[in-house]
Amino acid sequence: MHKPDMIVEPKELKPTIIKLKNDEGFNLLLDITAIDYLAYPIKSEKRFALIYILRDKSFKKSITIKTYLDNDKLEIESLSDLFYSADWAERETFDQYGIKFLNHPNLKRVLNHHQFVGHPLRKNYIITQGQVCTETESLMDEMTPLMTSKGYTKEDLEEIMYLNIGPSHPATHGTIRNFMALEGETIRGCVTEIGYLHRGFEKSCENHNYNQIIPYTDRLNYCSAILNNIGFSKTVEEMLNIDITERAKFIRVIIGELSRITDHLVCNAANMVDMGGLTNFWYLFAPRDKAYDLFSKLTGARLTNTYTRIGGLEFDLYDGFAYDLEEVLKDVEKAIEDALSLVAHNKIFLDRTQDVGVITKELAISAGITGPNLRASGIDYDIRKTNPYYHYESFDFDVVIGSHGDVYDRIMCRFEEMRQSMSIIRQAMKQLPDGPINVDMPSIVMPDKKNVYGNIEGLMNQFKLVMDGVKVPEGEYYSATEAGNGELGFYIVSDGSGTPYKVKCRPPSFYSLSAFPKVVENTMLADAVITMASMNFIAGEFDR
Amino acid sequence: MGLGVESVFGDSVVTTKLDKAVNWARSYSLWPMAFGTACCGIEFMSVAASKHDISRFGAEVVRFSPRQADLMIVAGTISYKQAPVLKKIYDQMCEPKWVISMGACASSGGFYDNYTTLQGIDEIIPVDEYIAGCPPRPEAVLDAIMRIQEKAQNDSIIKDRVKAFKGILDA
Repeated sequence: MHKPDMIVEPKELKPTIIKLKNDEGFNLLLDITAIDYLAYPIKSEKRFALIYILRDKSFKKSITIKTYLDNDKLEIESLSDLFYSADWAERETFDQYGIKFLNHPNLKRVLNHHQFVGHPLRKNYIITQGQVCTETESLMDEMTPLMTSKGYTKEDLEEIMYLNIGPSHPATHGTIRNFMALEGETIRGCVTEIGYLHRGFEKSCENHNYNQIIPYTDRLNYCSAILNNIGFSKTVEEMLNIDITERAKFIRVIIGELSRITDHLVCNAANMVDMGGLTNFWYLFAPRDKAYDLFSKLTGARLTNTYTRIGGLEFDLYDGFAYDLEEVLKDVEKAIEDALSLVAHNKIFLDRTQDVGVITKELAISAGITGPNLRASGIDYDIRKTNPYYHYESFDFDVVIGSHGDVYDRIMCRFEEMRQSMSIIRQAMKQLPDGPINVDMPSIVMPDKKNVYGNIEGLMNQFKLVMDGVKVPEGEYYSATEAGNGELGFYIVSDGSGTPYKVKCRPPSFYSLSAFPKVVENTMLADAVITMASMNFIAGEFDR
Repeated sequence: MGLGVESVFGDSVVTTKLDKAVNWARSYSLWPMAFGTACCGIEFMSVAASKHDISRFGAEVVRFSPRQADLMIVAGTISYKQAPVLKKIYDQMCEPKWVISMGACASSGGFYDNYTTLQGIDEIIPVDEYIAGCPPRPEAVLDAIMRIQEKAQNDSIIKDRVKAFKGILDA
């Protein structure tokens, strides 16, 4: 049975984490969440438990710490003075579960509307109970203390111009609201408000069985849907203690890396549009469309593929896949070359991107930034290398590292990562083994249609799997994969039934977005726009 | 030397109905306001990009300012938090204006039948065309634009276009 690594008393929690951070180097706070045991089959005396997930400085070990809260005292000491990432993580836990974090600088809702009543992830909140809220938040409650802390007096603040960028603005690439305090064109303070695309992923998960959740994971980071499918399926498979077939592993690597390429293509293409280079967009988008044709041939959908299943995959590769894939890769190579030929030695491009929007190593780690954004800052962390899965250790590829952590590094890291992904795909295609794509376990994988229509066992098997879902043994478990934007983790609590008791997604762009206000401070407004694009915030992922 | 119609017609006079001339111009130069919030927004980028090329239908001038647009394409999930924003932007668009609801979420809430998601944007603004799909293929978006063009052909500049509509956010 999968259990959390440590269970501590609430008052011991903060000292424990301080000790872990200082003595054992657990300096990356990945996620904070809570569990509501109200509807759990085994009655628990204490209704709420908090979960903290940390990773150490070698990035190899992760640890989950659990603490049960007293029913009459739903509060705990805040970690926001230890980790920058705790700020939003605690706000989210407060928003969704109503647990108070003492000494938090500004404990308020982050995903739901500020007029929202109740805490939606509590088990007694009815899933369909929507609330129409209309008032826009002024955000001055965050802005005024921020500016005062920088030494602005009341008189100074009257000279400041406040500007809203978003929630509907071309520069936000989605639905983020940035509220900025400007002196001339220089940003002196920035407050980010999210939640405009909060779609209740976690609540919906508690209402569907494991295979039904896979389509929901598509819509987290919709630029690389299959990577989310893989992340979720892999976590559930590890909870089930099953090893998927070799062929399925290789196909997951191939299609996953192709998804990573389409993800990076969109990010870089859109970023260069923001810089005024529309031609790059056409160059980079054409091969992406070709990749979508391949996806739709393979999975039936262009964007939201829902390709994996618990225990394997929905379809095997089709005849002629290798040829189509090579055509796509050739086009991507050409497109990268074309785009780089326009920008690599272009003075305007270099001036606009170099030393702009710098993320320091310290901020990156403290804020829990992962993926290309972290690597561009010069930190060598890629789950495919530190905790290899699906034979990533046997593929020959480099982790792409930047040096300055600026916009330029992030763009170039993504370009180079695409090349590395192509190399992985080609190696995997050469070694692709034959064999089944699904594990041979009737309790997990749907039977063949000829059995469903041909014999009673097959029919019953299908019926049970559709009605009950895949039964996952009781326990709680965290696992992560390297998605397009970084460490995509899932923390799943199972009560032994076919429906998860709780699913928490650890969204990489939620944490990089929380650092964005800090990154753009004292930079120019126009630079903030490309900084935002270069960090690749995907609304479906950070708002869920 | 003229290259277009003037080479045929010279300096002669052409008579037509004002409605016909105006509708012809309107329907083949729709300026979309892309209200992209989620996955459908990414597919809308594909509609605009090289392969599907929305400019074949005269609708490539994508504006992000509602004041400069006459076709709103709501591409993506609209949450209850987003709903007042959408309504405000719709109200800021000048007449004549049309609305396309792109994809399952905008049209009906899609599979997000939960506390966060507005169950269809037609609860707050009037919709002219719905597109099914999650997300719809680019061809489906182009089809909807063609249907809007047909609708625009039958409009009259004399008639008041303002529709009697009362959504949940209208007081």
